[in-house]
Amino acid sequence: MSFNGVLRPGHACLRVMEMGPALTHYVDYMGLIKMHEDSEGRVYLKAWDEHDCFSIVLREADAPGIDLMSFKVYGTSELDRLEAEVRNYGLTTERIKEGELWGCGHRVRFEIPSGHQIELYAEKEFVGNGLGDLNPDPWPEGLKGMKVYRFDHCLLYGPDIAKSADFFISALGFDITERVVTPDDQMAAVFLSCSNKAHDIAMIEHAEPGKLHHASFMLQTWEEVLHAADLMGMKGIPIDVGPTRHGITRGKTIYFFDPSGNRNEVFCGDYTWYPDRGPITWQAEEIGKAVFYHDRKLNENFMGVVT
Amino acid sequence: MFEITISETEERFVCRDDQTVLAAMEKLGRRGIPIGCRGGGCGICRVQVLGKGEYRTLKMSRAQVSEADEAQGICLACKLIPQADLTVQPMGLLQKRAWADNPIPYSRPNLA
Repeated sequence: MSFNGVLRPGHACLRVMEMGPALTHYVDYMGLIKMHEDSEGRVYLKAWDEHDCFSIVLREADAPGIDLMSFKVYGTSELDRLEAEVRNYGLTTERIKEGELWGCGHRVRFEIPSGHQIELYAEKEFVGNGLGDLNPDPWPEGLKGMKVYRFDHCLLYGPDIAKSADFFISALGFDITERVVTPDDQMAAVFLSCSNKAHDIAMIEHAEPGKLHHASFMLQTWEEVLHAADLMGMKGIPIDVGPTRHGITRGKTIYFFDPSGNRNEVFCGDYTWYPDRGPITWQAEEIGKAVFYHDRKLNENFMGVVT
Repeated sequence: MFEITISETEERFVCRDDQTVLAAMEKLGRRGIPIGCRGGGCGICRVQVLGKGEYRTLKMSRAQVSEADEAQGICLACKLIPQADLTVQPMGLLQKRAWADNPIPYSRPNLA
């Protein structure tokens, strides 16, 4: 696979109810780095091993959830091409001007059938990961908390995920890596990759549009997942599930909540995806094992709690 | 220290005046109110305080509790702090949102 088209999830804009506790959570506990606060009070964060100037934007609002998820594409000509693909598919696009988000070039925004605002952009200010390009050290000193490496993916809840998945495949070139299918052949969940990762975005069928199940951040080892879990005990962070393993993607994981009730995940150890294999299918009757491989039971809160 | 009563089950537990009703229930291993995000965001722990309860609430999602709801004593138990003994009635939001109850329209995507 050579990378072209959509590269990766570039940023997610999340709503929090109070900025102070949110920053304690995302910066002091999870280890994201505060990069900027704009005149509207939006706060820009990045994980240490990301090279662009932000990957999470927090906005204070009276209800939590996700405003938008934005993917970086490989250059402005690819952005123009993909913008045309999105329109040809039949979605209405809107151009958001350069600089509307600090350090980010113009973005192409559209709403997918699940009710989520999705964007593409090509340019964001490069700041590096603090290690440089010449004889770099493996990690920087002074990181906080869980020391997450990068913003990895979101799981979104909304209606018409089969149509939404078809859009990501047909218009943007994503692959289905895994899916959950009901006995009458309906798609209950879908995992999509634009890269070598087991998922860059996932969706679960849900009546209410535009909901967030979780925003996920990558760690590299099981020991780091346990260290994150220890911090949750130490700091009183509400845990949802884990540490445990997923059947889907094989990730080793723990789920927890930010102070506004948005669910976060830190995980490690999913597989490498190549598009020359077909998607993995999970039967809905095996959903317990698909989601939580060890105890093979669904947790009602894990499936039902969204913001 | 105040006594919290869950109206339907008559479950009772104690709660300090600096602690949320949901946190007190969870720490004592009691049941009756569904536990969700614990951050005032998801609405799973919606309850109605019955009678003339004295309490205060911390910030809750407006998508889950409107001003009109608040006027009727509706709030999220994870943000509800008692100032007197309280009786609360769970509002049962989780049942409405459960995975199994969702209609799942489907057309198989083109994988070609």
